[in-house]
Amino acid sequence: MNTFLKSFLLFCFVSANAVASDLIMARSPLSFSEAMTNLQVSLREHGYTVARVQRIDVGLTGMGYKTDMYRVVFVGKTDEIKYLTNKYPEMIPYLPPKVSIFAEGGDTLLVTANPMAFAMMVDDEKDRIIFQRWESDVYSVFDDFRRAE
Amino acid sequence: MIKFTVLFFLLIVSGIANAAPDGKALFDKHCSACHGSEGKGGVGVPLSLPSFINSVSNEYLNRTIRVGRPGRIMPAFPQLSDAQVKAIVGHVRSWTDMPMVKFDSTPVTGDKKNGKELFLKRCAQCHGEDGKGGKGTGVTFSRKRDLPIIAPALNNSGFLASASDMMIKNTLIHGRDGTPMVSLLKAGLKEKDINDVVAYVRSFQKLETTSISDEKNGAAIIVESPYSLEETVENLKQAIENQNFKLIRTDYLEHGFVDEGKENKKQVVLHFCNFNFLFEALSIDPRVGMFLPCRVTVVEHEGKVQMMTINPMRLSKLFNNDGLNDACKAMTETYESILEDASL
Repeated sequence: MNTFLKSFLLFCFVSANAVASDLIMARSPLSFSEAMTNLQVSLREHGYTVARVQRIDVGLTGMGYKTDMYRVVFVGKTDEIKYLTNKYPEMIPYLPPKVSIFAEGGDTLLVTANPMAFAMMVDDEKDRIIFQRWESDVYSVFDDFRRAE
Repeated sequence: MIKFTVLFFLLIVSGIANAAPDGKALFDKHCSACHGSEGKGGVGVPLSLPSFINSVSNEYLNRTIRVGRPGRIMPAFPQLSDAQVKAIVGHVRSWTDMPMVKFDSTPVTGDKKNGKELFLKRCAQCHGEDGKGGKGTGVTFSRKRDLPIIAPALNNSGFLASASDMMIKNTLIHGRDGTPMVSLLKAGLKEKDINDVVAYVRSFQKLETTSISDEKNGAAIIVESPYSLEETVENLKQAIENQNFKLIRTDYLEHGFVDEGKENKKQVVLHFCNFNFLFEALSIDPRVGMFLPCRVTVVEHEGKVQMMTINPMRLSKLFNNDGLNDACKAMTETYESILEDASL
């Protein structure tokens, strides 16, 4: 399957009418810092590496905007990231997967794209299992996040 | 004894299978991220606002869950069973002691021409001339926390499929306390005028157009560079600056995954930002941060150097938010300009 076809398939997948599973979201009543800690613990417990936490709001506040706390967490499993970027270089702009975490009042929200969106870019059936597992893990991590007290 | 054990087991299984779905648990899982755990709103509308919950029917809520609001963030939930939707609606309904309202399905007839005049005079300031609704969502960046709601898109196919004429009329007559939506009756309109406005709002049904029909194909924007990887990175830095973006950081894609110095040096990521653009994007939809700040990845693979970015034109679909269309189009053009500049 060539690069164009893979990209086109992913495009078709995401372009279909948005249904609830395109984005996975969760709300926690915990403060931002507590929720962030819980998120990272849960990700690690599920075997993922938190590669980096990118601040989104720092530049905005520096420019005088009023913002809430906002971070993007880059996550993945090292071997899988290496494997996928080598075998499917056209997926690189979407890797590593990212999770947004931001404050909303006293609550904290999590958002990420459903990893199964990426599965359309791979032509090897056994590679799709990676994304199925990611999806399952995302739901599990987000359940942890939602239930944390 | 074995028969009794099997029978007991079947009764237990049957009981579990027939147990009514837990509306609160379903709401927490599927709805609370946007609407808040107690329905006070956030990215989504405040469902527990008394003037809202007391003026909408269960049928309206049910259909809204089923069809969503295409292009206005609220997704459709086709995967939920009827019992699950009913349970969620029941949970939402538990936030009020008032009796549930019911509206008959009798169409409201009126003079659309007069309704349009009244709409433009009384409603368009919040709902837009063509009923496309207010801009932005959420309370994080786009609006003050004391503003409970953004004017809904009355021309949205999901809204029009969910709201009966009589429900729209009822809202126009009574308004919504605690929101900028006032009673048009108290504002001096007669019932006939309100019928005319309802007829005009219903006429939006055939006007709604789908968004971004001319999207460029492809999940990613990929441009081959005639330069070496190092030269391409330098070219990109200049091109980013030329587009009035600020380069935040240059690192390797594997940064953080492997020990420093052991990263794949053939995958370089440039992170950059324009803070005005960033704020605008987050104001439209606070969830888009996962694709920010902007990134271009330079990859040397099988002897070729390629520059790659996500294709932003696809994001408004992913987020089910037509409000992102203009920003996504602008960002796509910016990415294309940067990649073109860098490859010249």
